[in-house]
Amino acid sequence: MQYFRPTTLEDAVAHLRAHGPGVTILAGGTDLVVQIRAGLRAPEAVMDIKRIAPLSEITRTEEGGWRIGAAVSGAEISAHAGLCADWPGLVEGVGLIGSMQVQSRATPVGNLCNASPAADSVPAMIAAGATVYVLGPNGMRKIPVEEVAQGPGKTSLRAGELVTSVTLPRRAARSADAYLRFTPRAEMDIAVAGAAVNLTLDDSGRCTFARVALGAVAPKALLVPEAGAALVGTMLESDALRRMAAAVTAACAPIDDKRGTATYRTAIAPVLARRAVALAQTRAAA
Amino acid sequence: MPKIHVTTTVNGGETEFLCEAHHTLLSVLRDTLGLTGTKEGCGSGDCGACSVNMNGRVVCACLVLAPEAEGATIETVEGLAGEAGMHPVQRAFIETAALQCGFCTPGFMVAAKDLLARNPDPSETEIRYWLAGNLCRCTGYDKIVRAVQKAAREPGRHART
Repeated sequence: MQYFRPTTLEDAVAHLRAHGPGVTILAGGTDLVVQIRAGLRAPEAVMDIKRIAPLSEITRTEEGGWRIGAAVSGAEISAHAGLCADWPGLVEGVGLIGSMQVQSRATPVGNLCNASPAADSVPAMIAAGATVYVLGPNGMRKIPVEEVAQGPGKTSLRAGELVTSVTLPRRAARSADAYLRFTPRAEMDIAVAGAAVNLTLDDSGRCTFARVALGAVAPKALLVPEAGAALVGTMLESDALRRMAAAVTAACAPIDDKRGTATYRTAIAPVLARRAVALAQTRAAA
Repeated sequence: MPKIHVTTTVNGGETEFLCEAHHTLLSVLRDTLGLTGTKEGCGSGDCGACSVNMNGRVVCACLVLAPEAEGATIETVEGLAGEAGMHPVQRAFIETAALQCGFCTPGFMVAAKDLLARNPDPSETEIRYWLAGNLCRCTGYDKIVRAVQKAAREPGRHART
């Protein structure tokens, strides 16, 4: 195995072009190094992107949102006052990934590209309406975050492509998000099911915008447009929550595994979604 | 495959080593540099026995590729004690008998030192969450939490943080 450490995006693209699918991108390494050591992956080369300066930054976008570089760690996100204020649900999803030691290294972009159905940061990024910037041989393209993962360990990224950043849209007033998951252990565990909600209220408390996303109840994290639509135009009263929960239940297509049965996951996902709505509502109104 | 030459700072001293791309920082610390205080438990980032401080944050050395250490500042458990003697966290672990077999202890102490540097007065809940990535199969954790609380109460605990 070779190790590359480019310091510019141009060099990174050149390495990708030269080595094709044999080169695997290394950011935090908390999934990749485990997979290499377990013999699940044997890349010809790894390309460490942590020395490419713009990939290690959290910056404002021109539209007034946030851009999170592909090499930004969970610990850096949790310590960022602007992200904590605008996207508390995303920060809590990121903060649930592994231990403090894992947080020191793991990146949400890596969490996305590893394409685990239970990735804790991904439902929150989907609910946030995040956009992924992908640099390839033909330049930059951008895709909605929900289009990256295709199934367990599978993404829509093509050979020679590199995710450079994820952007979050500008925050409207009275907006907030929340992410909740169920795990047997509070820390160091993998979601049995997870739900993220992002919403905006008007001055009267009526919901004017909502996105609901689920984790660990399908081969990939899901956007559930019907669940968000059930909330828009309502005061988030019990009828609206019931319709939202029904849409969540209908979207669930989980498997049985050691963490939980399909029946249990389908039962708990709408409960988590209801609680996430309540939490996001409280935050948005505050 | 030619070996990779890495220059790094370990426990305050500039250190050079040769490695291959797939080597981990943990294997270099233990097998190349002879710093065997850092332990290998699971080798997959779950147990925290290999916790070291790298560039100001605690990481699992088993999940860091050795070439990533180029230019980094690393502190292992061997760097905790200074000329003035043991670090308050080390003393507290001894005084509260916060270990049995001792295999997890270096990782716990590296993690606990970083916690107290960031948060001098952590609650029990904060201690338990911070140390959730360090597994101990002997103590039941209670004495470890008491040790960290004791170290937090000790004057001069920031002397070497």
